[in-house]
Amino acid sequence: MNKILKQFKEGLLDNNPTLVQLLGMCPTLATTTSVKNAFGMGLATTAVLICSNLFISLLRKFIPKQVRIAAYIVVISGFVTAVELLMRAYFYDLYKSLGLFIPLIVVNCIILARAEAFASKNKPLPSVIDGLSMGLGFTLALALLGAIRELLGSGKLFGYQILPDAYEPITFFILPAGAFLTLGFLIALVQKIRNSVEDKKRLQEIQENRAAAEHEKKEEEMV
Amino acid sequence: MTFGSVLLLMFSAILVENFIFSKFYGCCPFLGVSEHPDTALGMGMAVTFVMTVSGAATWAVYHFFLAPLHLEYLKTVAFILVIAALVQFIEMFLHRFVPALYSALGIYLPLITTNCAVLSSALLIVQKEYNFVEAVCFGFSAALGFTLAIVIFAGLRSRMTMADPPRAFKGFPLTLIAAGLLAMAFSCFSGVQF
Repeated sequence: MNKILKQFKEGLLDNNPTLVQLLGMCPTLATTTSVKNAFGMGLATTAVLICSNLFISLLRKFIPKQVRIAAYIVVISGFVTAVELLMRAYFYDLYKSLGLFIPLIVVNCIILARAEAFASKNKPLPSVIDGLSMGLGFTLALALLGAIRELLGSGKLFGYQILPDAYEPITFFILPAGAFLTLGFLIALVQKIRNSVEDKKRLQEIQENRAAAEHEKKEEEMV
Repeated sequence: MTFGSVLLLMFSAILVENFIFSKFYGCCPFLGVSEHPDTALGMGMAVTFVMTVSGAATWAVYHFFLAPLHLEYLKTVAFILVIAALVQFIEMFLHRFVPALYSALGIYLPLITTNCAVLSSALLIVQKEYNFVEAVCFGFSAALGFTLAIVIFAGLRSRMTMADPPRAFKGFPLTLIAAGLLAMAFSCFSGVQF
């Protein structure tokens, strides 16, 4: 149980695929014009990630090492096609607004990276949990970016008016240039937090070392 | 179809609908491989080559194989396989016959398979129902737009290495912000209409 929680923490926070590992930038920048699109993209990717991780983990002993990347791509593109057809059948609006980015899940580096780094070396159950946690981490990052951009760019969230009418929407945030800038500032914030956590850890280590050294000195003097 | 219309299509693919700054196709190599103008140009050349050839190849696969058999829904799987095979083939060909270019492109060549610009141009060609000539011109000019963007950006970044930003902005955030400013410049082209 503890292990599962740790895996979730890894995917959502410590090793967030978008904000920390900086993978999968194309869908992150392109589909975050609104929270709804961001959620749709995140969940579609999560679904593909879980299925492909499970399948690749099951097949990990049968896939020859030399052709593994090609084999992974075939597995992934099969699931992407399935997700694409399902979305066209049940979520047509979302399918329309995400456009080409649904088939482009095939070349999302997060999925290939998890297949290569995790699923090909681990048992099916941990691989599924890894897919779920990494996928949710990706969804979280996308939703955050989508919320900032939609709120500032149109004064809405999930299509509902949030900010008062007096607020003049800054269309810039919905434009491509706004995507680059918003993500830049968001990652800067993450780095700031990580830096301060690291600094604290280092400070603690230095203090501990110093205390230990002083303790030793005292013992030496006693002798 | 006239010569003029093809020219307009190419112009709009290079500048107005630039793959990186208006569509976000191919952002990973754009942000990853743009530290030096030389390597950026190498990457751009390799992508241009692959995208032009894959534009023609996927058009042929779609119109002579998938469409007659009513297998259109398999186009994502088929295209990624064609692109992967093509990149492998080009790698072998260059290794055998043009070793100078092969060593210059180095690791960027196999990475092109997972460059979403290549797959998206193949899918766009089908979506927009281009004929063969238009397909090849579109692939070529979209890749030129990609090369233009990545080379300009590499020039910017090689200047930025001298800068001393706040610690939190070091590395990736600063790169993204610079890309945002460049995207603003490119967005001026979006007003151009024919």
